Amino acid sequence: MADKKGDIKELLVKGFFTLNGIAVVLVLVGIFTLLVITAVPAFKEISMKEFLFSPDWNPTGYDGEKYGIVSLLVSTALVTVGALVIAVPIGIGAAAYLSDIAGERVREIAKPIVEILAGIPSVVLGFLGIVLIGPVIAKLFGLPNGLNALNGSVLLAIMALPTIISISEDALNSVPMSFQQASLALGATKWQTIALVKIPAALSGILASCMLGMGRAIGETMTVLMATGCAAAMPHGLLDSVRTMTATIAIELGEVAYGSTHYYALFAVGLVLFLITFIVNMLSDMVLRKYQNVER
Amino acid sequence: MGKIIVTALMAAMAFSMPASARDMVQVKGSDTLINLVQRMSEVYMEENPGKYVSVTGGGSGTGIAAIINGRCDIANASRLIKSKEVDLAVAQGVDPRMVTIAIDGLSIIVNRSNPVEKLTMDQVGKIYRGEVTNWKDLGGEDRKINLYGRQPNSGTYDFMKEVVMNGDYASSMKQMNGNAQIVEAVKVDVSGIGYVGVGYVKDAGPEITVLKIARTAGGYFASPLVTEDVKSGKYPISRPLVQYVSGTPKGDIRSFIEFELSPEGQKIVEEEGFFSLSAEYVEYNNKQML
Repeated sequence: MADKKGDIKELLVKGFFTLNGIAVVLVLVGIFTLLVITAVPAFKEISMKEFLFSPDWNPTGYDGEKYGIVSLLVSTALVTVGALVIAVPIGIGAAAYLSDIAGERVREIAKPIVEILAGIPSVVLGFLGIVLIGPVIAKLFGLPNGLNALNGSVLLAIMALPTIISISEDALNSVPMSFQQASLALGATKWQTIALVKIPAALSGILASCMLGMGRAIGETMTVLMATGCAAAMPHGLLDSVRTMTATIAIELGEVAYGSTHYYALFAVGLVLFLITFIVNMLSDMVLRKYQNVER
Repeated sequence: MGKIIVTALMAAMAFSMPASARDMVQVKGSDTLINLVQRMSEVYMEENPGKYVSVTGGGSGTGIAAIINGRCDIANASRLIKSKEVDLAVAQGVDPRMVTIAIDGLSIIVNRSNPVEKLTMDQVGKIYRGEVTNWKDLGGEDRKINLYGRQPNSGTYDFMKEVVMNGDYASSMKQMNGNAQIVEAVKVDVSGIGYVGVGYVKDAGPEITVLKIARTAGGYFASPLVTEDVKSGKYPISRPLVQYVSGTPKGDIRSFIEFELSPEGQKIVEEEGFFSLSAEYVEYNNKQML
């Protein structure tokens, strides 16, 4: 009797967790389906060629609507790559410091601080971009103003850092102690051990952390909307104003008429964004899995 | 036991919140109008205890979209409703009515260290269309012009495009997130030019110059800071700042609008740097309020 009751309970609990697992997958599939369904009507009036290869995005143009996402794609890429160039070296350095060099007490203080960094609202960072980083960039490069891709890169680097640091640190910590001991026993210095043994051994984990950080940077909206100037022109460098895909959607979706071509086109931009982040996350997952297999 | 009662009370309060939110008059829209209407709502609520008005921004386009979708009671707008939007409203069973609450002299601003003090309408159009790109062609120094403007959900963005430029903005224009941001940007940018509602230049300080604008090259250069220039229509880019409601305003919505149009409300308009209504507008408003 008691056994039977236990069996039913077991079954219920099992079902409950299965349901939750499936629900998450369903949500993802649902979002994807919704995006596709709402994006497809855009191509009734916009040619695929214009959408993917034209640099002009101006859906409320005075003489004709223009829907080309190249300048938006380039903007997003520029800001993201800039962010990674800044965040990756600092992130790996900080992770190596936390895992190998810092004492127990420093680590106890520093780790929560890194986590707090992840909790800063993006609006606050955007504000910092306007009042602090913008003027500094303007002064450093002799520009009339600092609302450009570089500003966005710096802010996104700050947002990507916690992800990069904490996952890289986990990866470094999971390198077997024997590697380190062997290296030190062979007479390598601490620096040589970290740079030539531990980091290469944890490379796939570090790589995955960078890609997750990248996913974070690509999807960020408010910060870039506030700090990058949002000029729709094709950017030529980090010191030009840029208008990312996320900022474009955020600015324009609020006033667009439901069911218009412009409305569908914004969802098409969203779909492209979704596919990019999906691919980046999938790749990082594959890399991460590889490193876990190697370790075991 | 006491704990349970407190929890229950808190829960009851939480559930009763939506009820009070329903009694609240929701105003949404233009960033140009937000400071003015917020100030009016504060005075109004002070004088009428128990009445609540909440004012949020988002841009004229956002406000008009909200009134069409029934998500606000009053939409602030610095441009007129478009025929496309009227069609959408009618399809949703919304009958948009307009009242004008203030007059704005849209101000073109440059940095104080820029020697340029006046421009013609034609020149402003050329600058924002990207046809003139250096200050030296306008009597200034040899510097590339840096354009600051608003984002497409802004009524001011549309107003400039339709009324002043008759064309598209140069794609190099930086799209700023509000009037205040444009003022701040032009303050520190010696080669910048921006456009903002006159209410935003009143207290902007000595770092900016508000340009005088003429209709034609030989015409009179009028300033948006001179009441006489704006009220007589000599300043070429003055515009009504309006509110849209659905149908004839009633109840709390009506009482707030009546306050805005009252001599006391119009005094706040002047205090905020905008211009009070002339007789024609008052008459038009009266028709809409019937």
